[in-house]
Amino acid sequence: MDIPKDRFYTKTHEWALPEGDTVLVGITDYAQDALGDVVYVELPEVGRAVEKGEAVAVVESVKTASDIYAPVAGEIVEVNLALEKTPELVNQDPYGEGWIFRLKPRDMGDLDELLDAGGYQEVLESEA
Amino acid sequence: MKKTPLYEAHLRLGGRMVAFAGYLLPLQYTSIVEEHLAVRKEAGVFDVSHMGEFLVRGEEALAFLQWATANDVGRLKVGRAQYSMLPSEKGGVVDDIYLYRLGEREYLMVVNAANIAKDLAHLKALARGFRVEVEDASEETALLALQGPKAASLLQGLTEEDLSQKRKNDVFPARVAGRPARLARTGYTGEDGFELFLAPEDAEAVFLALVEAGAKPAGLGARDTLRLEAGFPLYGHELTEETNPLCTPWAWVVKREKDFWGKEAMLSGACRERLVGLVLEAGIPREGYRVLSGGRPVGRVTSGGYSPLLEKGIALAYVEEGAEGPFQVEVRGRAIPAALSPLPFVPLK
Repeated sequence: MDIPKDRFYTKTHEWALPEGDTVLVGITDYAQDALGDVVYVELPEVGRAVEKGEAVAVVESVKTASDIYAPVAGEIVEVNLALEKTPELVNQDPYGEGWIFRLKPRDMGDLDELLDAGGYQEVLESEA
Repeated sequence: MKKTPLYEAHLRLGGRMVAFAGYLLPLQYTSIVEEHLAVRKEAGVFDVSHMGEFLVRGEEALAFLQWATANDVGRLKVGRAQYSMLPSEKGGVVDDIYLYRLGEREYLMVVNAANIAKDLAHLKALARGFRVEVEDASEETALLALQGPKAASLLQGLTEEDLSQKRKNDVFPARVAGRPARLARTGYTGEDGFELFLAPEDAEAVFLALVEAGAKPAGLGARDTLRLEAGFPLYGHELTEETNPLCTPWAWVVKREKDFWGKEAMLSGACRERLVGLVLEAGIPREGYRVLSGGRPVGRVTSGGYSPLLEKGIALAYVEEGAEGPFQVEVRGRAIPAALSPLPFVPLK
């Protein structure tokens, strides 16, 4: 499974990529593969304040619905509207075009509590 | 957990194995949507060896099956098959089945994997007093389903039997890829296709020959999305011991002019609900979600999922008799508009 080293990860299989004072959030290659064909993404409302670990989006595959959690506390500042028409981007490009929302963290320092690529790799190995 | 004779082949083909009705079976090989579309547009092959097969034989096989099943077995000629149900004492459904007439006094009944033990006990109890033998041949039978518009041409390359002479619901012996088989022009996808009954030791060779000839291996995921799109019931969802089949779209199965077990209860039952097909404006309905109308719950989804052809969420749902639309389905607290749809959800041949 592909795990880029440029970003942070959660145990619940989200990634968080810092960009200026915001972070892009999506799901990992492992997560999209486990879900299978993504056919619908329920996006959060822009402007919503969220706590760390709060369920903010839902990714539906043919098989099942899966909550997507905020990796850190903050405010939703943008959502990936392309997913309304082409939810399969989550499968095709989970670390790029398949991003789900952009969050403005309350404190960028909170990102330090997340896993790095190596830490996430260990999570996957412990689940295997 | 049991394995089918194709277990190793599934692993080699990249099957993602899951437990289903006591068997390890592939949920998917590549993608449920890809496998679904392959069956709708070309051909796919499923391992359905988990299904149960009973042989019903004897002098009074016909009389017994008339008593134990809801459809008219008297209309079933040798070499033909029919969809049917095993009615319960209370007029519900013990199982939905497919019945194949193999000979004058010999029938093959295919039942749902999860119901094998229950059905066998039920049938053996009903068989007392009839000169008939009910034998469980499930362990000695592998079953493949080759489905799709190209199924016949693909299979024709592997058998000398002239398939163009075979109609829907025909059942006949044939050799496929050099192995003895019993073929039936039946299936559970809404497409043309064949089911192949095989000895377990022949199953892998025939499965791989079909794949080699161009059939895409398809798993349980696609099997469920295909049957849902086709508007077919799944036992335990649309049909249960509590369901009166006369209150469903499958009431045609029940032949009132003959006698059968549970008939009086079935005929005296009033219909309080009806089954509808729903297409959602957004999101994916799942089993158990509430159906709303005028702001109040009027029903529940019994099967829900994604239609790869419509690219929308679809559901089979029971709603109160008399409940008028417009309907909504409650998805995570939101009432999503859901349009009534005829069944099947998509045009099928």
